[in-house]
Amino acid sequence: MVFELKNIYKDYLQGKEAVPVLKNISLAVEDGEYVAIMGPSGSGKSTLMNIIGCLDKQTKGSFVFDGADIMSCSDKQLSSIRNDKIGFVFQNFNLLPRQTALDNVELPLLYAGVSKRQRREKAKEALRRVGLEDRMNFKPTQLSGGQKQRVAIARAIVNKPKLLLADEPTGALDTRSGEQVMELFKELNDDGVTVVMITHEPEIARCAKRVMYIRDGELHSGEFAAGSRANAVAKEETAPAAEKVQEEAAVTKDIPAEEKPRTGPKTMTDIHRDLDDILNRKLPELKFSDGSDIERKGDKI
Amino acid sequence: MLENIRLSFQGIFSHKIRSFLTMLGIIIGIAAIIAIVSTIEGTNEQIKNNLIGSGNNTVKITLSNGDYEADFTWETVPDNIRVISEESKKRIEDIKEVDSCTLYRTRSNPDNLFYLNRKIDSAVIYGIDEDYFDTLGYDIAEGINFTDRHYKNFAKVAIIDSTLERGIFEGENPIGKQIDISGEPFTIIGVAAKRSGFEPVINSVDDYYTYNQTSSGLIFIPTVDWGICFRYDEPQNCIARAVDTDSMTNAGKKTADILNENILTPEKDTEGVSSALEYKSESLLEQAKALQDLSSSTNSMLIWIASISLLVGGIGVMNIMLVSVTERTREIGLKKALGARKKRILAQFLTEAAVLTSIGGIIGVVSGIGLSKVIANIAEVPVAISTPAIAVSVVFSMVVGIVFGLIPSIKAANLNPIDALRYE
Repeated sequence: MVFELKNIYKDYLQGKEAVPVLKNISLAVEDGEYVAIMGPSGSGKSTLMNIIGCLDKQTKGSFVFDGADIMSCSDKQLSSIRNDKIGFVFQNFNLLPRQTALDNVELPLLYAGVSKRQRREKAKEALRRVGLEDRMNFKPTQLSGGQKQRVAIARAIVNKPKLLLADEPTGALDTRSGEQVMELFKELNDDGVTVVMITHEPEIARCAKRVMYIRDGELHSGEFAAGSRANAVAKEETAPAAEKVQEEAAVTKDIPAEEKPRTGPKTMTDIHRDLDDILNRKLPELKFSDGSDIERKGDKI
Repeated sequence: MLENIRLSFQGIFSHKIRSFLTMLGIIIGIAAIIAIVSTIEGTNEQIKNNLIGSGNNTVKITLSNGDYEADFTWETVPDNIRVISEESKKRIEDIKEVDSCTLYRTRSNPDNLFYLNRKIDSAVIYGIDEDYFDTLGYDIAEGINFTDRHYKNFAKVAIIDSTLERGIFEGENPIGKQIDISGEPFTIIGVAAKRSGFEPVINSVDDYYTYNQTSSGLIFIPTVDWGICFRYDEPQNCIARAVDTDSMTNAGKKTADILNENILTPEKDTEGVSSALEYKSESLLEQAKALQDLSSSTNSMLIWIASISLLVGGIGVMNIMLVSVTERTREIGLKKALGARKKRILAQFLTEAAVLTSIGGIIGVVSGIGLSKVIANIAEVPVAISTPAIAVSVVFSMVVGIVFGLIPSIKAANLNPIDALRYE
């Protein structure tokens, strides 16, 4: 068992009113699992990721990470859990721009108090693991997006964590780099690393062995909504009455997200994706038309 | 720690102009302080050298009325003080702090000095024993010194100093010429000049204040002749040369004790004035210190003013550090997510502030030294670069960084990692 969430609730204060973001979430992840958590923006997936990553604490419920009750942990203990047991991969890489790839990968080891020589050694090994042994002394600005994300993955695995926690790892990458990153995740998982990945792209989520869906702060298992929007909408239609009371507070936020998921405020991710789409649209005409690509386009346009 | 210092340098050099402008306040403050301290030290050194005379170390033990030296030109010669015997002089010479000593009588600006019917104004006349020139560091530049024969025969001979030679004889050779002292003709046999190493020697604070006032010069006659011109039983004064500068105070005190044995139990005579006189050694070290304090206290006001510049510089550092924390919110969030503790974030920003101000301090010291040199050249004021002042300045600028970096660093350490990671 890597971690277990039991009846987790999380409220945020908006002014004086408490807005529920997570409602009664329970999730257990075993060693060696590969779990994807899917959900549209505003569904509470980032909040869930913050709690799993020990960056935030739940309002109610129990969260046990590798035998430690997180609710009763001090700030210091949480720091050492994050350092020791969790490897983070972010959408926008979060590399230190003025440090070399090697220095970036060394960072968690520095906080763990590893000696300089061992830091070097372990960081080199991690970079070799992600296939960047020839880019060790490059700064992030000299690397492509995919390479940056691989450096970030090297940083996440350098401490040999219990859990690799990825938040939209392909969100800022083009399709090819995204595929490479997903391949890397699969390899790592095959080597026994537990992976939890948060995404809103179904084809990325499909790489995982288990897919969970989060909507309106509630977590559902994979069989319920088989990954398509049609199902999600269907679910909304069949079960609004049950959820009505709970959803009232978040209703203004959720409706546009549900009905037109693509027309919300455009984030950089969306713009990247749109650019990718435009690029991808031309490529098949020139070269070849790949089935998954057509499906992908059909999904979006 | 080393890692933090490396990161600090990286951060500082990646914003060269900004870092330099931030440092500027510190640089100006430290440079001003160094320049002021150097000037104070230089002045103090000069005062000490002028008062004590490098290598001379003489202490004057004079009959004094309270704090003032008695001058028999216009004061009544007291009746209750014996002339100091050769025996007393031997005892003074036996004091271990005393190298040599001389007894002398003096009148300043007597109105009975003439040369060729012309009055010699504002000259000082000394009745001296055989040790005077040696103790005070005079050499006979022209002519000859007094000999035993002169002393034994009450010879009416005089030696003048080079100032008087220039003032009265105007290029003529003074040797063999006669001057009148109290109507007695004295033949000039020599010209005395201070050894160059002892220039300028000023023997009291009063002398220091009147250093630039010209006196027409000094006339020396054998002490045995004093009775011919003035009073035969006039009490002498004493100048003792100490073995080194530090034993001057002791040498002076011990000599004064011996000399005071010659003062008979003061009887209440009709005048009542004479009984107040006693031998007192002037403490040149103390006087030097008093003068130094005087000049330091004026200048230490300037140090406070310069410190305001440091305060302003410190606020500038705080401001820039706050900007830096805001700019690097994501970096801080990331580091916290990767497991960096509060202490580490705090240390990183404190180190950066301290490194920034220390560099400023070092640049300030260098410019301060340059500034002192410029002041020395332009204002012709002596400067002495003080090593402790440099060390204190650098440490102090580091402290400024730590103090003013504290608020921004605490702010950074307390950032919530979630908010920090999400910060755009």
